[in-house]
Amino acid sequence: MRFKILGLFAAVALVAACETAPDESAAASGAGTSASGSTQMSSSGGTMASRLGPIAGTAEDLVVNVGDRVFFDFDMHTLKPEARKTLEKQAAWLKKFFVQKVTIEGHADERGTTEYNLGLGDRRANAVKNYLVALGVSPDRIRVISYGEERPVALGSNEAAWAQNRRSVTKIVGAGS
Amino acid sequence: MNEHRMPLQRFCWILAAAVLLHWTVVLPVRAELRIDITQGKVEPMPIAVTNFVGQTPEENQFGKDLAKVIAADLERSGLFKPFDNRVFAKKKQSLNTIPRFGDWRILQAQALVQGRTQKVADGRLRVEFRLWDVFAEKQMVGLAYFTIPSNWRRVSHIIADAIYKRITGEKGYFDTRVVYIAETGAQNKRIKRLAIMDQDGENHRFLTSGNNLVLTPRFSPTLQEITYLSYYGNRPRVYIFNIDTGRQEVLGDFPGMTYAPRFSPDGKSVIMSMAKGGNSEIYVMDLRTRVVKRLTHHSAIDTSPSFSPDGKQVTFNSDRGGAQQLYVMGANGRGVRRISFGKGRYATPVWSPRGDLIAFTKMRQGRFFIGVMRPDGTGERLLAEDFSIEGPTWAPNGRVLMFYRQQPWDEKGQGGRSRLYSIDLTGHNEREMITPMDAAHPAWSPLIP
Repeated sequence: MRFKILGLFAAVALVAACETAPDESAAASGAGTSASGSTQMSSSGGTMASRLGPIAGTAEDLVVNVGDRVFFDFDMHTLKPEARKTLEKQAAWLKKFFVQKVTIEGHADERGTTEYNLGLGDRRANAVKNYLVALGVSPDRIRVISYGEERPVALGSNEAAWAQNRRSVTKIVGAGS
Repeated sequence: MNEHRMPLQRFCWILAAAVLLHWTVVLPVRAELRIDITQGKVEPMPIAVTNFVGQTPEENQFGKDLAKVIAADLERSGLFKPFDNRVFAKKKQSLNTIPRFGDWRILQAQALVQGRTQKVADGRLRVEFRLWDVFAEKQMVGLAYFTIPSNWRRVSHIIADAIYKRITGEKGYFDTRVVYIAETGAQNKRIKRLAIMDQDGENHRFLTSGNNLVLTPRFSPTLQEITYLSYYGNRPRVYIFNIDTGRQEVLGDFPGMTYAPRFSPDGKSVIMSMAKGGNSEIYVMDLRTRVVKRLTHHSAIDTSPSFSPDGKQVTFNSDRGGAQQLYVMGANGRGVRRISFGKGRYATPVWSPRGDLIAFTKMRQGRFFIGVMRPDGTGERLLAEDFSIEGPTWAPNGRVLMFYRQQPWDEKGQGGRSRLYSIDLTGHNEREMITPMDAAHPAWSPLIP
């Protein structure tokens, strides 16, 4: 509401945008390494509220603090440097919390044929599995499944969405999606 | 998996031997009435399908319904132009006399279909029809059928097939069904169900509930069975669905995902892909002995296999050359050769029931195409193009293809309308199939035995 009114003035709106920017990046920094909760001023009454981070070793911990997914180029299953970095963190995490079994889902974008994409999803999931195994994670703990192009996360039929959907996702077995 | 108990109301199909009515032998006074469907765009033949007549209101209603379904079949083929029945509804029809051809010539009708309906003593429906060449003043075919009355739609399709066959010289495809994936929901919450309907969209029903993701259904050439992929238990595997009993059965116990199934032409085996360790190979399973044979040996994705109608060869999709292309090999896996060499990626090869062509999906520069080529890779012809079209399937006479087309999704994950379309091999006469919701992955049945 406040922003709505201020928004009438371009200059002020710019300032407002600058002020909100750090907030947004904080919210989006889920992939950061810190496992501790972030602290924020609540808007009412100046009371301090502390948001707790996920408990170490949980599915949420994997998503928030390690990164549960890696992305692929079109029709490729090569692990890019960012993907390797994420998977190295995953491997370290999996070795630390060794009770966890995981399922690696392989996904494709919609710009291929259904059957080939099932094979491609399997290929991507296995590329991830093989890398984790090479980093010392026991293959017995890893199951793979291909969803082909059937489970997109990013909406729309455009390059940005397709890039998000060409992915593998590491999921703790038993954890909801 | 017996959640889906919708046993097909058995086709108590008692087609007592089609009785051949007496042929009128008349020397041809001119070239016989005929449509050559191998030519490009043909001018649809004007045909009058009169309401079949009976003695009671019930019989007359059947007669009217039969004529309507027959005319609709013929019209959708693009080869015939049935008259609006109102033009001649008032005409008094009698099957026992020679039609007054002069009257029909005035209407410019080239062919005339007349018929009769009769409820016989045992409760069955007797339907007879005659096809007349109006200009030659000659009967082309005349047949009679007995059936249970609830089966009147099938009789309509069978009659339409007989007319199509008599005039084109090709087998018809109206007495067939289509199995497909019915889809609902937003882009990221899609629910997919197996559904089946008559070729004209009637008798639509769902075969699965939507609890499990299902994909790529294909008909058995011999039995009331469908093979398809189901994610039941979160394990993607090939299943067989019995349409009569509603029973579903997983095919084999494979260590990895099985997918892309298709029956062999004799219906005795299923060919499919199995993915393991990131590598997809093609296997064939004998349905009686359950013996599995591996056909491909390559680190590439080998998938979408389809037998030639004589069962001696298999066409499939592989990226062994770097990107998706079409290949042909012997049914024993030997003699693999690439057949697609045009620009772009090629996928989903499906061998025509006539053996002369392979239909495919092609992707190039962000566009999708449906096309055909000869089994040696020559004569590539593209029939349809769009943002996203895929999955050709052949009518049993090899003259018509069906595929699906999907519109792009908007940024809210809405609007990805998907429908089935049929198109003549000539590239003409594209028609949208009427489905109650979004539709994908059609598979055309053989002519119903």
